[in-house]
Amino acid sequence: MFSRAYRAAITLPPLLWVGAFLLLPYALLFCFSFWSVSPEQYIVHSWTLDNYRELFRVDVYWQTLLRSMSIAARVTIFSLLLGYPLAYYVSFRAGKRKDLLYQLVIIPLWVSYLVRAYAWKTILGSDGVLNTSLQYLHVTRHPLEFLLYSPFAVVLTLTHIYTPFAFLPIYAALEHIPRNLIEASQDLGASPAQTFLRVILPLSLPGVVAGATFAFVLSLGDFLAPLLLGGPSGIMISNIVVSLFGAAYNWPLGAAISFFMLSFVVALLFLSEKLEKRWSFQ
Amino acid sequence: MATSPTHNTEQPLLDVRRLAKTFGKTPVLRDISLQIAEGEFLTILGESGSGKTTLLRIIAGFESATSGELLMSGQRIDTIPPFRRPVNTVFQQYALFPHLTVAQNVGYGLRIARRPAEEVFSRVEQALAMVKMTTLAASKPSKISGGQQQRIALARALVNRPKLLLLDEPLSALDANLRRQMQIELKALQREVGIAFVFVTHDQEEAMVLSDRIALLRMGELEQIDSPREIYNRPATTYAAQFIGHTNLLRGEVRNGIARCQSLSWPAALADGPAVFSLRPEAIRFGSPPRDAIHFRGRVLQQAFHGATELLRIRCNDSLELTVRAPSRDDWQGELDLEFSPSDVIPVRDSPERA
Repeated sequence: MFSRAYRAAITLPPLLWVGAFLLLPYALLFCFSFWSVSPEQYIVHSWTLDNYRELFRVDVYWQTLLRSMSIAARVTIFSLLLGYPLAYYVSFRAGKRKDLLYQLVIIPLWVSYLVRAYAWKTILGSDGVLNTSLQYLHVTRHPLEFLLYSPFAVVLTLTHIYTPFAFLPIYAALEHIPRNLIEASQDLGASPAQTFLRVILPLSLPGVVAGATFAFVLSLGDFLAPLLLGGPSGIMISNIVVSLFGAAYNWPLGAAISFFMLSFVVALLFLSEKLEKRWSFQ
Repeated sequence: MATSPTHNTEQPLLDVRRLAKTFGKTPVLRDISLQIAEGEFLTILGESGSGKTTLLRIIAGFESATSGELLMSGQRIDTIPPFRRPVNTVFQQYALFPHLTVAQNVGYGLRIARRPAEEVFSRVEQALAMVKMTTLAASKPSKISGGQQQRIALARALVNRPKLLLLDEPLSALDANLRRQMQIELKALQREVGIAFVFVTHDQEEAMVLSDRIALLRMGELEQIDSPREIYNRPATTYAAQFIGHTNLLRGEVRNGIARCQSLSWPAALADGPAVFSLRPEAIRFGSPPRDAIHFRGRVLQQAFHGATELLRIRCNDSLELTVRAPSRDDWQGELDLEFSPSDVIPVRDSPERA
């Protein structure tokens, strides 16, 4: 077909790109995670596992790690609870408004992440829309403080931001279910609820797994929402990594935490792909 | 187990009363009335766009009629949702659940009906044996062939022992040989289980082979409903005559009990005026000692080989052209002496023209 030289010419640039800007930095990160910092703040190029031990030994690190996972898990659950019914409605019940509703779910994705995060800040703050409304309506006398600068604010914002990511694969899975299967199920005596549990839900599971993976992985590594809305009680592991690479000047520890997170996420993606394959019947 | 079709006139199993359906402003079915007896094999035959699938879907409950009623054993069923109707369907694309095994597919309806596990097991086993698919019980639908899927779909519907089984062109996806084989099996199976079948197809040959009666549908209207033999021998309309088998349509004039079409004339007990007649190609025979037959001569224009017989295109001494069924022979040509009996010329109504 194509000559060897031609094939090399078209595959080499992307390979070089991936090598130079992805694999090399990861390799560097990997190396850094086994180095250390001297008291004089020099990087010591001798190999040690101390950084990884540090991650599990120092309370603030592993607690923040657990909090990140718990926040990500909550975001995942809420995104699925919102995204699945929405996807079901758009796919099965929306009729002529299907395209419109689909677009309405997609459009927020075109708005900058920062704008959406700031929007929640103006809603949840002590002088925010929500608190002033509540006070105006005499529901509360003082501003509710837990709304902003809390894990609650982070979960809320991330759920808002990542629900479309959970919605999309679920919607795609639902759209792929042949409609005559639903008719066949009803024909065999199954009520709409039984049809949902026995046909629609099992056939949409690959989409649910993909959506859950998106929501979990994206919110696990999030750093802007906790920075803007999380306050001291809502910081996440990425904020720690940022500070280790910045003010704290401990690149090796930052690299170790990053690499641990990276491995965790890759393992998760691998697992999710296996599950998707296992539950896919198309 | 075997029951023969009983055409019980007292109370039909299914009574379709003045059913009509419009999609938007387009009428799809107009004023359909028909009855199905217990154990009957009724085929709804029609071209694509005739409304045959819509009629089936209304009976199953997937579409609702714009007007009219459906009664099953005297009870209204058009007002209840599909999952409460004592009817099962074999879908055109089989619609087997891809996430369930063959046995789970077949047992689906029984499990929904909360039958005890042993009963589900034994009835599934029986149903699979009935369609000769016992060995595939543990397979997933994606791993089996179209013909096998077809049998499973049939077993999945029949295992519930419905009063009425609806089949939406179930054989149309199969190749010709398998199709013929399945037709024979399907007919035998229907006799064995004694369940009434409503079978939708666009294939007139299939309809003739399978059915106790054929309901011929054209542009949403019932053209004729009768046994295959009756429709073939006594078609009611020009469309029925042409759609089921080959025919010659003779357009002529009746005067004083004599019908005339160009140079041909024969006795016909009809009122004076224009009339249309159907004359089957095989009703035209080769000249033999005169009986009460009508004789004429014709020249062979072309011949088409149909296996056991040939269809000859014949031009009579005027411009009239007729199709004649003749014994298979290599070279039909020249002038032929032909005849037909007046009783084989069937007067038919003109099918209404419609946009």
